[in-house]
Amino acid sequence: MAGPISPLPFLRQLRGDPLGLGRSARSRHSEELEPRTKTADRVVQSVCPYCAVGCGQRVYVKDEKVVQIEGDPDSPISRGRLCPKGSASESYVNSPIREYKIKYRPPHATGWEELELDAAMDMIADRVIRTRAQTWEEETEDGKPLRRTLGFAVLGGATLDSEENYLMKKFFSAAGAVSIENQARI
Amino acid sequence: MGSNMAEQHPVGFQWVVEAKERGASVMHVDPRFTRTSAMADLHVPLRAGTDIAFLGGVINYILSGGREFTEYVRHYTNARVIIKDEFRDVDELGLFSGWMPEDGVYDVSSWGYKGTQGELTAGKKEQTGDVSGDQAHGAHGMKLEHGEPPEQDWTLEHPNCVFQILKRHFARYTPEVVERICGVPREQMLHVAETLCRNSGRERTGAVCYAVGWTQHTHGVQNIRAAAIIQLLLGNIGRPGGGILALRGHANIQGSTDIPTLYDILPGYIPMPHPTSEDDLDRFVELNGPDTGVWGSLKSYTVSMLKAWWGEAATPANNFAYSYLPRIDGDHSHYPMMLRMIDRETKGFIVIGQNPVVGSANSSLQRKALANLDWLVVRDTSEIETAAFWYDSPEIETGKTRPEEIGTEVFFMPAAAYTEKDGTFTNTQRLLQWRFKAVEPPWDCRSDLWFTHQLGKRVREKLAGSDDPKDRPILDLTWDYPTQGPQKEPDAETIMQEVNGRHADGRFISKYQELKDDGSTTCGSWIHAGIYADGVNQAARKRPGSEQSWIAPEWGWAWPADRRILYNRASADPAGKPWSERKRYIWWDSDKRAWTGVGDNPDFEPDKDPGYEPPEGAKGMAAISGSSPFIVHPDGLGWLFSPSGLVDGPLPTHYEPHESPIDNLLYRERSNPTRQTFERPENPYNPPGVEPGGEVFPFVFTTYRLTEHHTAGGMSRSVPFLNELQPEMFCEVSPELAAERGLEHGGWAMIATTRTVIEARVLVTDRLRPLRIGSDPPRTVHQVGLPYHWGRKGLVTGDSANELLPLVLDRNVHISEYKAATCDIRPGRRPRGPALRELVAEYRRRAGVSS
Repeated sequence: MAGPISPLPFLRQLRGDPLGLGRSARSRHSEELEPRTKTADRVVQSVCPYCAVGCGQRVYVKDEKVVQIEGDPDSPISRGRLCPKGSASESYVNSPIREYKIKYRPPHATGWEELELDAAMDMIADRVIRTRAQTWEEETEDGKPLRRTLGFAVLGGATLDSEENYLMKKFFSAAGAVSIENQARI
Repeated sequence: MGSNMAEQHPVGFQWVVEAKERGASVMHVDPRFTRTSAMADLHVPLRAGTDIAFLGGVINYILSGGREFTEYVRHYTNARVIIKDEFRDVDELGLFSGWMPEDGVYDVSSWGYKGTQGELTAGKKEQTGDVSGDQAHGAHGMKLEHGEPPEQDWTLEHPNCVFQILKRHFARYTPEVVERICGVPREQMLHVAETLCRNSGRERTGAVCYAVGWTQHTHGVQNIRAAAIIQLLLGNIGRPGGGILALRGHANIQGSTDIPTLYDILPGYIPMPHPTSEDDLDRFVELNGPDTGVWGSLKSYTVSMLKAWWGEAATPANNFAYSYLPRIDGDHSHYPMMLRMIDRETKGFIVIGQNPVVGSANSSLQRKALANLDWLVVRDTSEIETAAFWYDSPEIETGKTRPEEIGTEVFFMPAAAYTEKDGTFTNTQRLLQWRFKAVEPPWDCRSDLWFTHQLGKRVREKLAGSDDPKDRPILDLTWDYPTQGPQKEPDAETIMQEVNGRHADGRFISKYQELKDDGSTTCGSWIHAGIYADGVNQAARKRPGSEQSWIAPEWGWAWPADRRILYNRASADPAGKPWSERKRYIWWDSDKRAWTGVGDNPDFEPDKDPGYEPPEGAKGMAAISGSSPFIVHPDGLGWLFSPSGLVDGPLPTHYEPHESPIDNLLYRERSNPTRQTFERPENPYNPPGVEPGGEVFPFVFTTYRLTEHHTAGGMSRSVPFLNELQPEMFCEVSPELAAERGLEHGGWAMIATTRTVIEARVLVTDRLRPLRIGSDPPRTVHQVGLPYHWGRKGLVTGDSANELLPLVLDRNVHISEYKAATCDIRPGRRPRGPALRELVAEYRRRAGVSS
């Protein structure tokens, strides 16, 4: 836009910007702003995590943090477009209520406690082993094989990656669990 | 139908809008007027849960007017096949032959093709062997000699051929009946039917899009079957611009079915074994797979998967470790799983990226299940209601329970976000797209791949040296995955390589036809064979769409074998010529003796002559003729009539929702006779509208989603922008209902069922219209619309619509009826504290339901 910027926004609006969306919305500060997409260290191609249209996304990273997520114009599916949820993806990965630490609640406790990740994994492994042993079903009443447990169950969401689903089905089946379910049935 | 595509799949809907701009007719049949309706040429409001009646009217219109695509129907569908003499269509009662009233299920053996063995028609005899009959679904088809149905009538005139059975079955779905059941004026249904017919045939195609508005019913599968019948009759399957498109609601809900975390299938839709086959792999294959068509190679697919899982430990001598797979012998799906928790039979629960307290039906039942566990692991990016149930719930609020009384040990584990891990999502058209990791997961956040890998490692370490036979499947598992980065995240690409599979010499499998049943190949999921063909991550191909044809073959990878339109052999006529120049897609090049086309891969053997006829005794794909496009079926035909695979009937039949204001106007059976109900104190049902107490809940309600929120809220109620856009739970009601019940726009309403009472802001809108249904005399039915995203955690809170719903399932797939139930609505906020329990108790008393 040509010419110096008037310090008075309403004057700017009168000078050929009746909607107040162009010249009059600008300031010296806004002139100096740069899009985060321009200052990012790198950009990677991704896919929107919400519905199953599978819109292409470009994830912009600066200082090892996601700073912006935009539609990927290369995608033949979405051609650069994103819906309100997809456009808000950056706020999802950087949500103000995102959790970063393990929380542990012992039986009957009234509050959360802290727990180390390593300890938590160890405790969960112990519980899988214990419950599995307690609830193992070797065979049916007429002697046919079951070799399974209904003692613990797994329920996954449908934002799990295919590779994650694969590993879960593989491990939990090998452990004899059969109640392995997913949002896909819900 | 059953979808609000413009709001739930907005970016996908751009293609619908473009099609409209190029002259396509867009019609939206849905209880609510939405933005999809606003963009459509026609919106037809119908009563929630009556889609089969509407579609039945369309089928009747096609058949009674001779509007079907005759050549397509004759050659490509089972219209010509003669069904067993003992088959009986639904009678006045609404029951097919084979009904076993004492068990509440069907013996499906009379639904088969004439001349096939009764005991084999179910295809999955292993499952039908279950007393419950729960598992007769999901069949891959019956046994047929060289792929051919034994008795056929190419004139389609034999009284027991599928075409004539179909005509008779749907004759009673007249425009008048549709009007009375659905509340749709007959002219509107006829307009939809005529528009579909006019846009089908050689020169034109039409598509049907649906979403969970069709699946979440006690007759959900049959809704889709009805659409399949329409599309097969009109020749709209396997052709560009055609199809039945399931608009799936989550980034990888398709992928979570293909490589399932589901109890009844293994990767690639291989059935989970039952005890019946014992440790005999051949018996499993015999019971579960037909000999002909793609499933004729079930043994190769299964052996290759077992080799991928158990490697060296899977040998010909031990049936390739077939005995290592656990056995199912009943319904172990989500809701029965929660009921077992209430009964303290299931003691541990690992919840990964799922929020059943908000997303599943009957929330208080869900919380009761969680409260009866020994231990619970919840993995998510924020603290969702399922993690917080023990200190923040309606039961805590009303004083029914206290945290001190809940003995569940809870581990909340922060999960990595999708930008913090490599991996694939499979979109709604079976296209796998790779995501590249942008940053490392911070602090304790880890991918679910890491969690599963670590859990497996630790369990294996703790059990190392065990001589207990039940530990062998864990210890013998192939589990050495390379890790990368500071968090030692497993390398997702190596897992994709295992899914793709290898030959004995280490070369990658390039297509599923290479898989062997002798243990010389591995493949984690046969339908994904080829995703790593030539050692290249095919799902990560991202050549810009602007540089490719409209098929965009170099963007991502579609299963199976990178075929973008399934059954695309049907885009050419029986002789292999395109039905029309305008709609050409795949055709037979007689010079090259190969199928060629506009850029897709043929969903057919690439060099099979259209005139090929299977020889006597042919098996597998050799048993599929050159003019049979539906290669996953043992006869290669599209099934207008399902001789196997379904437990509630070979043809769609109108039944009312379990909770309905009226009786079934077509049959004596009010609701689907095979539906699964759970008579338990935690799961009371509203009395049917026509029975005493039913008048307490005179309105129909349906649940739905909003553009600005995502399912149970874990990924949207944590996002400030989205909450600003859509901050509060509300209900949609018509001006007429608002006047009748004194509801004020912007005020509060209580919505009540026998489960509980919730509150919501009132949105008075003519997007919902009262419908006139029934006869003698017709009556008005009001519908209430409820978005279901809210809960007690997150940046914005509100009551959950799913608190209101009962568990009542489609027996084919065990999905609950979220989309149609009855309720009461009245003005005001719901009571807090014990007074809420009192109000619910009062409703139950009035309805005659015991508390």
